[in-house]
Amino acid sequence: MEPDERLGLYRTMVLIRTYEESILREYHADKKPAFDIGAGLIPGEMHLSAGQEPVAAGVCAHLTADDAVTATHRPHHFAIAHGVDLERMTAEIFGRVDGLGRGRGGHMHLFDPATHFSCSGIIAEGYPPAVGQALAFQRRGTDRVAVAVTGEGAANQGAFHEALNLAALWKLPVVFVVEDNDWGISVPRSASTCVTSNALRAGGYGIPGERVEDNSVEAVHAAAGTAITRARAGEGPSLIEVHTLRLWGHFEGDAQGYRSDLEGVPGRDPLPTYEKQLRAAGVLHDSGDITVASIAAQARDRVEAAIEFAKRSPEPDPATALDHVFARS
Amino acid sequence: MTLTDASASSSAPAQRKLSTAKAMVEAIAQEMERDEDVFVLGEDVGAYGGIFSSTTGLLEKFGPRRVLDTPISETAFIGAAIGAAVEGMRPVVELMFVDFFGVCMDQIYNHMAKIHFESGGNVTVPMVLTAAVGGGYSDGAQHSQCLWGTFAHLPGMKVVAPSNPADAKGLMTAAIRDDNPVVYLFHKGVMGLPWMAKNRRSVGPVPEGEHLVPIGKANVVRPGSDVTVVTLSLSVHHALDVAEELAQQGVDCEVVDLRSVVPLDTETILDSVGRTGRLLVVDEDYLSFGVSGEIVARVAERDPGLLRAPAARVAVPDVPIPYARPLEYAVLPTPDRIRRAVLGLVNA
Ligand SMILES: Cc1ncc(C[n+]2csc(CCOP(=O)(O)OP(=O)(O)O)c2C)c(N)n1
Repeated sequence: MEPDERLGLYRTMVLIRTYEESILREYHADKKPAFDIGAGLIPGEMHLSAGQEPVAAGVCAHLTADDAVTATHRPHHFAIAHGVDLERMTAEIFGRVDGLGRGRGGHMHLFDPATHFSCSGIIAEGYPPAVGQALAFQRRGTDRVAVAVTGEGAANQGAFHEALNLAALWKLPVVFVVEDNDWGISVPRSASTCVTSNALRAGGYGIPGERVEDNSVEAVHAAAGTAITRARAGEGPSLIEVHTLRLWGHFEGDAQGYRSDLEGVPGRDPLPTYEKQLRAAGVLHDSGDITVASIAAQARDRVEAAIEFAKRSPEPDPATALDHVFARS
Repeated sequence: MTLTDASASSSAPAQRKLSTAKAMVEAIAQEMERDEDVFVLGEDVGAYGGIFSSTTGLLEKFGPRRVLDTPISETAFIGAAIGAAVEGMRPVVELMFVDFFGVCMDQIYNHMAKIHFESGGNVTVPMVLTAAVGGGYSDGAQHSQCLWGTFAHLPGMKVVAPSNPADAKGLMTAAIRDDNPVVYLFHKGVMGLPWMAKNRRSVGPVPEGEHLVPIGKANVVRPGSDVTVVTLSLSVHHALDVAEELAQQGVDCEVVDLRSVVPLDTETILDSVGRTGRLLVVDEDYLSFGVSGEIVARVAERDPGLLRAPAARVAVPDVPIPYARPLEYAVLPTPDRIRRAVLGLVNA
């Protein structure tokens, strides 16, 4: 890969991590001393994606705002990598009027028509709409693609299988991405299916499937490149499974008492791994124009600006609570 | 979210208090001890102990043969519970949020709820389907619904929703022993969870040993003479709080806790409205075509002359539950909305 491309992947990953760390801080800041899920500036459930940056960065590097992404209940990394407006996304997470959904949706329900981004809190249910977006792209004779994301736990749900079958049948330009972080809340992958890789399941529907081990952003980038090129060329869907890592709890407040792999988790953090790799290759430096520190500082500035924007935006007026149930025509 | 639950009281067993969650688990455990055919299955019901602590400790006590973590395959595992029930077992199957039932609704309303009827009464489906309901903590439109009206609308399943620890135990015991499918909906806000703002009545006295609350019997939790407030689940507590407050202003509310939506205890409602002449229904489910309309209709059908003022309803006004707190609290049946509705009735 070209140094610029590699730097691009690294920047995206750093931006995502910086964002998630800031949300983590904001989320917990006002829930103390006793954790109260309904209290604070960001109430409700919070599923953060730290550790899964390589998947979003590697896949979305191939997309433009014309391509669609349907993400899961853990959507921030894909939203950021796909270029969803950081300020309006943050305002939504804070439940403010300038949010993507004017405060109606929240962190699991981010909708951005500008980048064709959406997500859902219902497991696997983002797959079928992605198939429909791909159908629209195909009908209109474009080379646009739809990317649908789930976790490995979701791959055991019906919608996953029906969507794969339909997309294969109609040869639609959709790329199915499975983030295998080993856990579906407290249920390990080994207790949820006997299939060793969801790439094998793709074969069951007559489409290519590839599993990327070791959470490598460049390997994801390569696999996604093949799948997306194929989709754009009208050759139909593919599936990519990435063996990634849930660095933190399923949601914030999750004590992870069930988790048997925690000890090795920090050592598998993909961010320092990639940083080391880029330093060794002479792509990242500690001095000069583009440094580790300057990339980190830029990310911090953007994230801080987004959080400032969110906090400045007013809360919605209760008198508007019944708005937007129906479109006005 | 498995923080330690400090709700168990250290007081003498006679007045021991439990959280609603613990009372529910106690009922399941006692029935599992009593009957080998009772078993538990669902997502995160094992090592995690249920996202809302509805199965905490059962895995340790009964092992993985009787407490089964399932994959995220709701159609399959709820369907499997139906099959096991048809063969005479008594599964308690959990789907953590009621909002998720959409992905497996066919198994519920076309199979679980219809097999007994379609078999001409020859096959029974003795299972309990549990799920968490309700909002109030900004969990958004896909994680905050109640939906009991949806289940109640579709014939063939009983639907219960306890408001307090003792009822949680009694209704669970009755549900497990019932030969029908029972949908048991527990509001997150009454469970006494360590990570939620505590409702002061979410921890309360619970009888030891066998304790049954009959399904289909409402409870007059506060007698009063001016207005009947018919409600269920978390809203019972809001109604009681409002009633205590309004008593100081000379307004005497009777509060009826439905406990069971199907069957609906119409007699208790009519008796109460007969005495007060005024009816307010408070429902955390959507307003239209649901429980609140049904109750008003039953009173109107039986004897519209019972009402001295037109009946009133406080429910979610047909909008998905919004995320932002000011919007969510504008649509939930808050104490403030209940108070205004009661005053509207007595001043009508
Ligand atoms: C239909 C449905 N069932 C269950 C849930 C509850 N739930 C939310 S996240 C989750 C685990 C998802 O695991 P996985 O798909 O592996 O994604 P991850 O959380 O690991 O990113 C479950 C069971 C849900 N939201 N929707």
